[in-house]
Amino acid sequence: MAEPMRIRAQASDGKVVVRVLMSHEMESGQRRDSAGKTIPPWFIQEVTATLNGTPVMRAQWGPSVSKNPFLQFTIKGGKAGDLLAISWVDNRGDTRTDKTFVR
Amino acid sequence: MQNRRRMLRDSAALAAALAGLGLLPQVAQAAWNRAAFGARKLEDLIQVLGVSAPTESSEVVVSGPDVAENGAVVAVGCESTASGVRQLLLLVEKNPNMLAMIFDVNEHAEPAFNTRLKMAESSRVIAIALADDGRVLYAQKEIDVTLGGCGG
Repeated sequence: MAEPMRIRAQASDGKVVVRVLMSHEMESGQRRDSAGKTIPPWFIQEVTATLNGTPVMRAQWGPSVSKNPFLQFTIKGGKAGDLLAISWVDNRGDTRTDKTFVR
Repeated sequence: MQNRRRMLRDSAALAAALAGLGLLPQVAQAAWNRAAFGARKLEDLIQVLGVSAPTESSEVVVSGPDVAENGAVVAVGCESTASGVRQLLLLVEKNPNMLAMIFDVNEHAEPAFNTRLKMAESSRVIAIALADDGRVLYAQKEIDVTLGGCGG
């Protein structure tokens, strides 16, 4: 299981600005190891967010996203105290969900 | 260690079986657009998506540095002020697989995001907005990379 995500969700003016820092290798599949063998791709393919259980964001990712990915997005509506959950699924089928309260 | 390996293998097999039966939760089941992410040229991507040719527009903005010192981590953002945007795409033209992200816009999310991308070499970074009415708008920014992202 991967390390927890670091999530910051801040409410202001009826919007919630979300910043997420995930912990993932995001191996592109382009690199080779010292023996010249291609390192197989290993990256997050899908990221979703829910606010109080309602889906609010979905993104599909390719291997071009950096190692230990960062994503910032804005949810319309929402207020301090709402429960935000972020999930990702990688190409190996690994998944992780982390939750935080909007501040 | 042996146990852990076995458990990983078994759970992967179980996940595959469940996925085959359509029993996994929706998040894991939702399709990743393999064809789009496999596109190596802009024309191929447009064809895979089945949309019309993009037109450059000031209603889409892509932001990033003019010069990136480290191609492994380039902070890039995009947003659109056009009406009825349903998806935002971010791509790096000269990466082996050019498409980096498909961001779904719905009534809850603003059509804007920031992230960090790997760039193999200096390239145009392109943001494409797909609108409900079939409009395909784009904006581009040239980013110079002084150290490639391939090794990082």
